Amino acid sequence: MSKRESTRYTILFATAVCVACALLVSVAAVSLQPRQAAAARLYMEKNVLLAAGLLEPGTDATAQEVNRIFDERIRVRLVDLATGDLVPESKMDARAYDQRRARGDPTMSRVAPPNNAGIGRLPNLGVVYFIMKGDQVDQIVIAVEGLGMWGTIYGFLSLDRDTNTVRGLTYYDQKETPGLGGEIGNPKWQALWRGRKGFDDQWNARIMVIKGQAGTPEADPLRVDGLSGATVTSNAITRLMQFWLSDNGYGRFLRRFREGQVT
Amino acid sequence: MAAIPFSREDRKALVDPLIINNPIGVQVLGICSALAVTTRMDKALVMGIGVTLVTALANLAVSLVRNYTPGSIRIIVQLSIIASLVIVFDQILKATLYELSLELSVFVGLIITNCIVMGRAEGYAMQNPPLRSFWDGIGNGLGYALVLMLVALARELLGAGKIFGFTVLPLVTDGGWYVPNGLMLLAPSALFVIGLLIWALRVWKPQLQEKD
Repeated sequence: MSKRESTRYTILFATAVCVACALLVSVAAVSLQPRQAAAARLYMEKNVLLAAGLLEPGTDATAQEVNRIFDERIRVRLVDLATGDLVPESKMDARAYDQRRARGDPTMSRVAPPNNAGIGRLPNLGVVYFIMKGDQVDQIVIAVEGLGMWGTIYGFLSLDRDTNTVRGLTYYDQKETPGLGGEIGNPKWQALWRGRKGFDDQWNARIMVIKGQAGTPEADPLRVDGLSGATVTSNAITRLMQFWLSDNGYGRFLRRFREGQVT
Repeated sequence: MAAIPFSREDRKALVDPLIINNPIGVQVLGICSALAVTTRMDKALVMGIGVTLVTALANLAVSLVRNYTPGSIRIIVQLSIIASLVIVFDQILKATLYELSLELSVFVGLIITNCIVMGRAEGYAMQNPPLRSFWDGIGNGLGYALVLMLVALARELLGAGKIFGFTVLPLVTDGGWYVPNGLMLLAPSALFVIGLLIWALRVWKPQLQEKD
């Protein structure tokens, strides 16, 4: 048996290969981590701007542009979802808060109440983006998520200061079937939501995606065109939107805002 | 290029896999990922670049250690090298092209099991010197990328009326005239397109046809 095939050499060689590969992978992962985190955050914040209509679909914005708009127009706050109270700004940096991470952290989340939106855990705090016009709140952007056909759908919903009229929305992270359910990412379909209402007269969250076509926002404010060939996704959207507008989600906060208890 | 020797053999290693020995068109390898990432041209391009880089660097590394690698663990050594390179590529993608990486990450991970990469490492780099193996990796990667781009061109154009995300055929849903073929966006259509490509290649290069 040649030296190259001896057990001792084989083990040594395998160890050397493992160490070299591990070194390569760790150096890459650790050195790129800050840039990855920044890229993920930028992408998420870009979608807040898209939902609020401060950025046109299809256009790109650099980190500086996004930061400038955030500094000029947006106040980021955190909401205690259980009570609907705003968390004092001095207590936590709202913009640095990671809601998706908080949901997985047992100290920052709880088991969600029974729901049909596929939401297992609920963060204690939800992020709210106030889009300002001068000194006044013009739009309220909230984060929504829920289980779709193939995975969790993440998005942002922008409401008018009446907490009812939809000003815009995006679904920025979803794994729905391209061409069918994936059309929830299509700005044309998202534009159909504009002007519709999240709640009925009794302030129950009633907005829904129907089968077929809905009327104009004025005539048919609680219904949105369905996506053909994507019943599961359409129903998932209905459920997750209603969940986050209800008292389980941002409902309590929206009521308090409406009644002028938060400014 | 004077500093780097580039022999006739090197040239053959680089150019052959583009057409005459194309990994997808002739060897029919790497079909799995060709189905998944060819719905849009930008995805296909990034995937092509990824496979090219990984195949080339894996070939280089495998060839460098080929005379020291014990035969009993050579496959797992190749696999470790390939897997490490793929992870590095995925990390770079996440840091630079984040939005594309969201859609591609699953498939990038699957480069590890791409038969082309493994096949070239075991079938070529284990027997050939490092630089030539490197060129062979570049050639095979580009051959793969070429087919991917052609398939993606057909699928994105007919399925979504676009090329690289730019509208070429205005869709009916956007107020245009083109009714897209939804099948082109689903995986089976890639099989048809690849089948047609292989047919065309065999008509063009009759020497590829088996005699039976």
